[in-house]
Amino acid sequence: MTTVVPERAALALGDDALVLSHRLGEWAGHAPVLEEEVALANIALDLLGQARTLLSLVGDEDDLAFLREERAFRNVQLVEQPNGDFAHTIARQLYFSAYQELLYGQLAASDTVFAPLAAKAVKEVAYHRDHAEHWTLRLGDGTDESRRRMRHALDALWRYTGELFEPVEGLPVDGPALREGWLGRITGVLERAGLALPEGPQHTPWAAGGGRQGIHTEPFGRMLAEMQHLHRSHPGASW
Amino acid sequence: MTATAPETEAPDTAGLEAVFEAAVAADERIEPRDWMPDAYRATLVRQMAQHAHSEIIGMQPEANWITRAPSLRRKAILMAKVQDEAGHGLYLYSAAETLGTGREELLDKLHAGRQRYSSIFNYPTLTWADVGAIGWLVDGAAITNQVPLCRCSYGPYARAMVRICKEESFHQRQGYELLLTLSRGTPAQHAMAQDAVDRWWWPSLMMFGPPDDASAHSAQSMAWKIKRHSNDELRQRFVDICVPQAESLGLTLPDPDLRWNEERGHYDFGPIDWDEFHEVLRGNGPCNDQRLAQRRRAHEEGAWVREAAAAYAAKHGEATA
Repeated sequence: MTTVVPERAALALGDDALVLSHRLGEWAGHAPVLEEEVALANIALDLLGQARTLLSLVGDEDDLAFLREERAFRNVQLVEQPNGDFAHTIARQLYFSAYQELLYGQLAASDTVFAPLAAKAVKEVAYHRDHAEHWTLRLGDGTDESRRRMRHALDALWRYTGELFEPVEGLPVDGPALREGWLGRITGVLERAGLALPEGPQHTPWAAGGGRQGIHTEPFGRMLAEMQHLHRSHPGASW
Repeated sequence: MTATAPETEAPDTAGLEAVFEAAVAADERIEPRDWMPDAYRATLVRQMAQHAHSEIIGMQPEANWITRAPSLRRKAILMAKVQDEAGHGLYLYSAAETLGTGREELLDKLHAGRQRYSSIFNYPTLTWADVGAIGWLVDGAAITNQVPLCRCSYGPYARAMVRICKEESFHQRQGYELLLTLSRGTPAQHAMAQDAVDRWWWPSLMMFGPPDDASAHSAQSMAWKIKRHSNDELRQRFVDICVPQAESLGLTLPDPDLRWNEERGHYDFGPIDWDEFHEVLRGNGPCNDQRLAQRRRAHEEGAWVREAAAAYAAKHGEATA
């Protein structure tokens, strides 16, 4: 096993988990049904746990979370997208958890420093994916309104999915296999839900490398402002 | 207790009532299928509903700080706590369901303002230290109120409370520890902690309800062993626990009359502003409208999701039955 931690890779995976956890945490007190308060918090907590492990590999978790500027975050743009309605949150979860499960599956079998974390996290993520798939089926095959909302959400977030398969320095994954597995998985679920696979490009034309290069979308800056404000207001304090 | 109402004949109410009273007197548990007086059932539904509503409304003031928690460790603790509250809401609505009143009906009553939740959640969380003060004082007061409910005469409620109290006492320790960290931190952090305790102390004492001589439901609930101790008794117990804890925290409690009374073996404390209590109860607290509006909004905005789930279950329930 390699002992040097590839920083770019740890930040990419850690920031994905940190940012998505934060977005899911915004649902607290706003979920459509009490069971989803519990489920979304559960997923957020799993992701936060992963983020803390990953960030701690390359530095102090709080310094990294609260003191970096927007351009230094390496998460994909998909996870920073605002919650929108419940369908948007589910579409984001579906796209991301299918990717994360396959990614962690590969990493668990690798000889990298990420293997132990990935072996543990892949079980958590299997539940996240299962949760997102079940809701995709319910919303896709529920009422006319839920179907319309789910289709709209899947289409709106599609442009952020291409970034998931771009190579990350220090992350030894088989990109084409990942993409193929992901597409197969998503196609299968959407077929069962009676929903079409979105069309159009999986990238925004202006992405300029995207989140992995520290290029984010406008809502991300406001998210960080809220997340970092208190910590930054008391330099050097312990909490 | 095993007596159940005969299904075909007119029930012998006097006989059933005697069995019920004997079971309560013997500290046996009343179970959902047992006969019980209508007023006992109504009191329990009212109390469990109010308790369940308090859990889910109580998520709001704390969720207010999830996105601003100042460290990842604190963020994880706070998210888990708010999640526990949703879980408590679920147990309690389920316990109420055993008496024939469903969650939807209770939520409708909450949203229509026809059932109450604990008034404490009508106060705002203005700083991060409020998260600690809620854990230490509000959860502390809740535990003082709720531990005796683990011996409540109604079985499902008592059993739900056993589990809830374990989690609440965990939350209370986390709140205390949060305040301790702030109190021993920078001067600004210490001041934040003191300010939060100053604001939450009196509302926490009001959580035990009006004084015994003005409490509408107390006497009957005590007789039925739904309630085991009077409001004033529990309030005194809470004050006695908090005073030494405040000292250990290095924080003061905002009551100049607070002092040990050797003769009583308890701390004396100053008069509670019952006008404030009644104003907040009447809907005029700082956050009454905001809390209820957010609850209604979440419910209304989630209607299409619940409808979709029901439609899906109806379609696929048939296919898989």
